[in-house]
Amino acid sequence: MTDNANASNESGGFGHIATEELDTTHGVVLYLEDISVSFDGFKALNRLSLSIDVGELRCVIGPNGAGKTTMMDVITGKTRADEGTAFFGQSIDLARFSEAEIAHAGIGRKFQKPTIFEHHSVFENLELAMKADKRVRKTLFSALSSSQRDRIAETMKQIRLNDSADRVAGLLSHGQKQWLEIGMLLMQEPKLLLLDEPVAGMSDEETERTGELFLSLAGKHSLVVVEHDMAFVEKIARKITVLHEGSVLAEGSMSQVQNDPKVIEVYLGR
Amino acid sequence: MSRLYGPKGWTLIGVLSFIVFVVFPVLSLKTSPDSSFHLSQYWVTLIGKVMCYAIVAIAMDLVWGYTGILSLGHGLFFALGGYAMGMYLMRQIGREGQYQSDLPDFMVFLDWKELPLAWWNSDQFWWCALLVVLVPGLLALVFGFFAFRSRVKGVYFSIITQALTFAAMLLFFRNATGFGGNNGFTDFKRILGLPITTSETRIMLFVQTGIFLIGTLLLARWIVTSKFGRVLTAIRDAETRVAFCGYNTVHYKLAIFTLSAVICGIAGALYVPQVGIINPSEMSPANSIEIAIWVAVGGRGTLTGAILGAGLVNFGKSYFTQAFPEYWLYALGLIFILVTLFLPQGVMGLLKKKT
Repeated sequence: MTDNANASNESGGFGHIATEELDTTHGVVLYLEDISVSFDGFKALNRLSLSIDVGELRCVIGPNGAGKTTMMDVITGKTRADEGTAFFGQSIDLARFSEAEIAHAGIGRKFQKPTIFEHHSVFENLELAMKADKRVRKTLFSALSSSQRDRIAETMKQIRLNDSADRVAGLLSHGQKQWLEIGMLLMQEPKLLLLDEPVAGMSDEETERTGELFLSLAGKHSLVVVEHDMAFVEKIARKITVLHEGSVLAEGSMSQVQNDPKVIEVYLGR
Repeated sequence: MSRLYGPKGWTLIGVLSFIVFVVFPVLSLKTSPDSSFHLSQYWVTLIGKVMCYAIVAIAMDLVWGYTGILSLGHGLFFALGGYAMGMYLMRQIGREGQYQSDLPDFMVFLDWKELPLAWWNSDQFWWCALLVVLVPGLLALVFGFFAFRSRVKGVYFSIITQALTFAAMLLFFRNATGFGGNNGFTDFKRILGLPITTSETRIMLFVQTGIFLIGTLLLARWIVTSKFGRVLTAIRDAETRVAFCGYNTVHYKLAIFTLSAVICGIAGALYVPQVGIINPSEMSPANSIEIAIWVAVGGRGTLTGAILGAGLVNFGKSYFTQAFPEYWLYALGLIFILVTLFLPQGVMGLLKKKT
């Protein structure tokens, strides 16, 4: 049975892109152009264009319904764009791949609500997320090498869960779950991390540490952080994109954005 | 080896194997029928039957308890395996049937002159053994492919699997389908040339079933303790996250669903020669629901629980249907409600709490 599952697997072009190195010769990791998505006539995204550089940490803000989550859905293949193009690196057209394939290609996503495997231990959560051949047969016969164990231990240290390796993930605090999910993303060795409200529900101290973690990750990875917490954004942001009604309203540094009359109108004018 | 079970687990399996492979056969064959230690054919058949059900319960637990897919059509895979074996047993009757024809009796009765195409090669044991595996396996593969690819989940999946087994039952009820209509297959005489009703053959089938039960248990245990097994439970708990981790969940669900169907098919093939009959009522929706009840009673997501549940419910059933025949279905419904309300982890949950 596993054989059959594998056969159809290969024909789907699966695992194919995973071996290819991402082509980022022009320094751009993600490129969205004129993306439009509508749900029953409501335009969730309206000719949205955005580009993220390699190693950049970008914050995306905007009022509710501005299209932040829909944008992430389009990038990760959960929602298909009606119009426009989305490229990952120079050569990967995201519209042509499934969620799993996009994840394989190197885009990791953290959801608004932490989604981890509640019945698995912290260690197992990271093991499952780890970059590996994720086809059925390979997974059935997989065994952890010592370097893989080291990598998991390293990540546990990074997310400050090294004392909880065997703890069932469902028993972690909310903030720890958020970190575990970030850790799972890191295990996938993504080129691009999409983080949807990563500090929601965290204590001030946890928020602070998360900020430090993100800053240490920028450079090695590209990060897109969607966040409502302006204090947090101010602390980590270098470049900010403001979304409004499905398209980009303003882009620039914190002070540029704060002084933009259009942004002031959207945020204060209602 | 040590990954599968600890010393306690292996000892328990060893003791149970000793009972099934040595104690029961000796008590059945080497004691005189008058001795109070004698294991009568009634018990050999009943325990053998329950072991077949336990195999089905393990298969069900793999898809429901571990992967979170509630299939209410597993009785169909069991029955298909049984029918494939039944075809071979019908051909083994030879000319000893009532009409003394080369054709099975029901075909003579329908005035058919030759075997339908589906019966091709059915006098060959190896061919029927192949069908036992292939028919349920292919059906599960094709059905699962379309269901999982279309992201049919939860209660919708349960409903269409019920519909599938119901449709198959109606099909097999028809005489024209060529599998004996509502009487199905019965009056078997021989298996592999051996007379089927003797104590020796019965014990042979009994031991075979025991071997396959333990084999299935170890295979299932190996699967659920592998990384593949951890992916399955992860699919149960947060399927979207599994997909975003880069796993193609359709392939995983398809693999375990197909394996589960194949195991059920083999269990059905072991069941039919022991009970001596297979008919379309095995495909009735209620049978498939009962399988889910075994697993729920024993404890979803534990293999020991699945075996325990199949044992408890079925020995209970055979007692009840003799003592108070009318009330069995009420009792079964009550058990299911009580377990759901008070024992969400089944009997295993209760045992774990105690220790």
